[in-house]
This record gives sequence, structure tokens and C-alpha cells, in this order.
Amino acid sequence: MSALEVTLKHEVHVVNDPEATKINPMIDVRKLVKRFGLKTVLRGLDFQVQPGEFVALLGPNGAGKTTFLRILASLSRPNLGQVTIAGHALPGQAAAVRRRLGVVSHLPLLYNDLTAEENLRFFGRMYAVPDLDRRITEVLELVGLAARRRDLVRTFSRGMQQRLAIGRAVLHDPDVMLFDEPHTGLDQDACQMLDGVLREVAARGRTVVMTSHDLARSADLASRFDVLSRGVIIASVQRKEIEPNDLLAFYRQATAGA
Amino acid sequence: MKTASSLSRVQAETPRFTLLRATAAIVWKDLAAELRSRELLSSMLVFALLVILIFNFALELDARTRSTVTAGVLWVTFAFAGTLGLNRSMAVEKDRGCLDGLLLAPVDRSAIYFGKAIGNLMFMLLVEIIVLPLYSVLYNTNLFNPGLLLVIFLGSVGYIAVGTLLATMAVQTRTRDVLLPILLFPLVLPVLISAVRASTGFLGGAPLEEILPALNLLIVYDIIFIAAAFMVFDYIVEE
Amino acid sequence: MEIQVKPRALTILDGVSAVLFFAALAMVFFYAPMEAVMGQVQRVFYFHISTAWVGMLGFMSAGVAGIAYLRTNNRKWDIVGTAAVEISLVFFFIAIVSGSIWARPAWNTWWTWDVRLTTATVVELVYFAYMFLRQGIDDPDRRARFGAVYTILGFISVPLTFISIRIFQSIHPVVIGPGEERMGMTPEMRNTMFFSLFTFSVLFVDLLWHRIRLGWLSDKIEQLRLKFAQ
Repeated sequence: MSALEVTLKHEVHVVNDPEATKINPMIDVRKLVKRFGLKTVLRGLDFQVQPGEFVALLGPNGAGKTTFLRILASLSRPNLGQVTIAGHALPGQAAAVRRRLGVVSHLPLLYNDLTAEENLRFFGRMYAVPDLDRRITEVLELVGLAARRRDLVRTFSRGMQQRLAIGRAVLHDPDVMLFDEPHTGLDQDACQMLDGVLREVAARGRTVVMTSHDLARSADLASRFDVLSRGVIIASVQRKEIEPNDLLAFYRQATAGA
Repeated sequence: MKTASSLSRVQAETPRFTLLRATAAIVWKDLAAELRSRELLSSMLVFALLVILIFNFALELDARTRSTVTAGVLWVTFAFAGTLGLNRSMAVEKDRGCLDGLLLAPVDRSAIYFGKAIGNLMFMLLVEIIVLPLYSVLYNTNLFNPGLLLVIFLGSVGYIAVGTLLATMAVQTRTRDVLLPILLFPLVLPVLISAVRASTGFLGGAPLEEILPALNLLIVYDIIFIAAAFMVFDYIVEE
Repeated sequence: MEIQVKPRALTILDGVSAVLFFAALAMVFFYAPMEAVMGQVQRVFYFHISTAWVGMLGFMSAGVAGIAYLRTNNRKWDIVGTAAVEISLVFFFIAIVSGSIWARPAWNTWWTWDVRLTTATVVELVYFAYMFLRQGIDDPDRRARFGAVYTILGFISVPLTFISIRIFQSIHPVVIGPGEERMGMTPEMRNTMFFSLFTFSVLFVDLLWHRIRLGWLSDKIEQLRLKFAQ
């Protein structure tokens, strides 16, 4: 029962904790409400992320993880509440937020009929990345696709596409990265390669939010674990405060009431 | 937060330049992809030729009837082939989440509209440039009339202005494959009516003052539809 | 939980509409004189023009509701828009059919590509497209947004279609306003026409109210369902 004790101890660290807002957070979400028609998906959600944190957003299917991430990504407008990313408010200063945001979804967001290099070149132009040629080479090396730069994306395996998708997301050197279920549809090897890239991305001091239902995978990556259920963050724990083996118990405990 | 954003790799630009650059990037991307796959152009072309072929049997396009119905046949062909191209062009964006990819970029949404519209217009004009001489050869009529070319250009602009908007809408629905022509044709009717009228005038060698009202209307419709589509496009892509 | 009672004013409006409707019917058949050339068939004209008028009202209401929805993002405007479209769809259909019945003796043909008949048909097609569009979207917000955009585009495009067809010669009589084609109407005929127009306008408001209330009630049910599902 030691696992449960650990969990209960950490339940105190719920997100409303005023301590968490002392420094300027990179992501600051307050009282966020999102409805689809009459259905309320997010109910007054509060969420703060400090610069450099890697937050794994856990939660059962249909909890609103993807919806929440789409709002952070400026793809969806909140009905109520404030969302501030890197000091810019959404949706008012969306362009400023978008400039500092890199997003990887479970879809690759790449064009099949363009080569890896052409895809990056296109998105680089959309973001006005300076010294684009050098940057493309850099990014392709980072994600381990330098040898395939002139190959069409349609010839890539799922794992390679996902790595290129990460390359696309880091191309403009964003401060904040959002990953929506990046491991979906990948086999074991591809997952491991992806984790390597994710670690590399996180190691550069970026702020990362990743949704996942793969507890084991995120245990190795994240520095903080938040549980989203029924439209609010119900529990939060720091990586250093919990044993990896207790994570499952923590998650079970958090979602037990839902 | 000012110092932080200056660290960012993206530099501040004048808004107009950003708009032009992003629009050009989207057009370049569409052309590069099409140059490689040729899926869109070839399917539009084959379809256009099939429509003309069917019209040949349906209308018995002999020399006499041809002169009166050519404008109609051409515009029906372009309109049908156009929906095929529009659907394909927007489906590519939707299927692999690329539309989200475009929306994530720090560019004005109108850049996305104009970029896609210009690309679509280029494909449509390209198909028309190939269909016209083929039609001329097949039916032994000369369609190389500068006036007619102008009408075809103006008509295509109006058609694509509405079409790009509605195709963006259609690909975000469940019934997208069948929806586009149903949505598009009743709305684009004014453009088609005036385009057919003006084309018939030029093909029949009518004096310019007779054609001018239809031509003027066509220009006015182009402006109205571009303005309207431009104004509502945000609501189609933003959630 | 509050119980939704039908508003009293709505019940009164129902009664007023019914009375007006029968009065209009009586005027059409007993007050208005028989038209010399066309005979009894001409009597379809009064309701034809009235249904077309209501169709126009609905069409304009839908466009305005569309603009209001995009500006306010308030669901009630989506309900108003759908209500207006549905009513307009039915009334334009009646107008087209009664127009056909009129056209047979008047112009010796069931159908003519007359500018108004064609425009009414285009409106019907636009509305069918609108229905298809809404059916194909599951997300209610997107459905409302796309619907609003489409009604606004229709609102812009349909008058242009009208102008375009107008270039062709029209054989439709111009009923109101100066013009060579103006029909010879006796004062009784004119009175009947305006009374019909008024009656159908009241009927339109009544139906619109009912339909909006229906949409609002179904929203309530959905809300309750979601509440209990949790």
C-alpha cells in the first residue's frame, strides 16, 4: 500500500496551488471552459507550466486532452477563461503565440508529394525562418533523416514521418512544444527513436506539453505528470517526487473517482 | 516578454510582406507537389475530355449547332472539371492534417485562402489552355479569340473564388465527396450565366457594345465574390 | 426544474393567424372579382404572391441571422437561421407550384424560365444544399458556423442570379409599381392582394416563433440528457 500513500501525499499538489504562479509561467491557463454545442468538454480548467518543464498530460479517452491541446495550439477558441502562452494572450495575440509554438499531432501534417526537404522548406517559409538551408540540414540531422532528405514523404515509414513531423515543429526553434499522442501507430523501434528525438528537443530548455495514454513511455520523458479528467486537471505530481513504479498507482488513484 | 521574442528565430516583418511571402509559399508548394504527382491536372483533363465527348453524342455537335452551344459546352466542362480539382486540392490539405499545419503558422488566414485560390486558378487555367485547342481541332472551330480568352480568365477567377471557399467547407464534412458541386453550383450561377453570355457573344462575333454588359457584370461578380469569400474565410477554418 | 409553458402571446398569435387566414381565403374566393381573361385560375395569384413574399422574408431573415451568428457566436441565431430556412423552403415551394398553375393558362406552359420562377428555384436549391451541408457536420458549432456562412453567401449570390437572368427578356408580369406590363387590377383585387400579403406575413411570424421555440426546447432536452448522462 506504499504506492497509495505516495499518491495521497501528492494529491496535495493540485494545480490551483498559488505557489505555482509565482514566477512568470510559460503557459498560463485560467478557468478555461470549452463547449461543443451544448456539451461542456473543459470545465474551468487551470494549468500552469514553468519554462523548461516537460508535462505529460494523462487521462482517459474523451477527457478533453486533445481539445485542450488544440486550444493551446491556437487552433480552437476557448468559450471562457484566459490562455496566455509566453506572455501573449489567446486568441487575441494568436500570431505572436504561433511564432513561438511547435506542434506535433498524431497526424503527420506533412505533404506526401513533397520530399522531406521540400516539406521543411515550405513550413520554413511560412514561419520566415532565416538562413533556411542551413537550418533544414540541422533539423534533418537532429531527427536522423539527413540521408533521406530528397525522398518523397509518401515513401517514409510511419516512424520516419513522425520524426519529420517533429523536425517540422522545431524548425522555427519554438519555445513551447505541444505533442498530441506522438506515439500513436508506432512500433517499438520507432517509439524508441522518437523518444530519443523528444529527449533531444526537451534537453534544449524548451517547455513541452505532451498528451499520452502510454504511462510507461511518458514516465521516462516527462518532468511532471498531470491528470486531466472530466474537463479539469485533477492531480499533478513532479517526476522527482514519485518513483516510476508508483506512477500507475498514482494515475489509478487520480482517475478512480471519475 | 520582449527580449524573449527577439530571441525567437522568427523575425518581425511588415504584415503585407508576410502575407505575400506566405501566399507565395503556398502556391509554390501546390505547384511543386502537382508537378511531381500530376494527379490533379491529369484527372481534371481526362474528365474534361470525357465531358466534351459525351456532349458530342448528346447534342450531335455538327457545324451548325456547334456555333450556338459551344460556349455552354465549354463552361459546363470547365465547371465540372473544376469541382474535381477543387475537391482534390482541399482534400490533400485535410487528409493528413495539413490544414492544421497551415493554421499553426503565424500568417494571416487570408494568405491561406489566396494561396490556395491562386494555385487552384492556375490548375484550372492550365486545363482550359489544353482543352481549348483540343476542342478547336476536334470540332474544327477556331476558339482563339482574345475576347473569349479574357472571358474564360474572368469566369475562372469568379468560379475559383467561391469554389476554394466552399471546397474548404466541403472537405470538413462527412459527405464531402458529393457535397461540393451541390454547394457550389447554385451560388456560382451568376458568374456562369454572365460568362456563358459573354462567351457566346465573342464566339458569334457580336459587336463589343452588345457583349460589354455581360463582361462588366462578370468583373463586378468577380470582385463581389472575392471580397465575400475573403471576409468569411476565417469562419470556415477557425474553430 | 422549470416547466416550459407555451407563451400566451404565441397562442393568441396562432388564433389571429388562423382567423386572418380564413378571412383571406374568403376574400380570394368571394370578394375578389373573377378575372376576365383567365377565369377562376387567376385566384391562385393571391396566395402565390403571398407565399413568394414569405419565402423572401425567410430568405432575408436567414441571411441576417447568419450575420448575427458570426458576430455574436450565440446559438440562438443558429436556431433562428434554421427556422427561417425551413419555413422559406416550404413557402418557396408552394410559390413555385402555384406559379406553375398560374403559368399554364396565362402563358400556356407549365414551366417557363422566367426570372422570378428561376430565381425561386435557385433559392430552393441553395436551401437544399444548406440542408445537406448541415447534415454532413457532427460538431454543432461548426455546423452553425458553416450554415451561417452559406446563408450569407446565398444572400449575396441569389440577387446576382436574379440580375443576370434579368438580362434575358422576362414575361413575368410586374405586379406593383409603374410599368407597361402592369396588370389591370380592380381595387377589390388590390385589396385582396394586400390582405393576403399581410396575412401571410403574420403567419410567417407565427410559424417562425413556433419553430424557434421548437429548436430552443430541443436544446433544453439535449442539455438535460447531457446532465443525466454524467
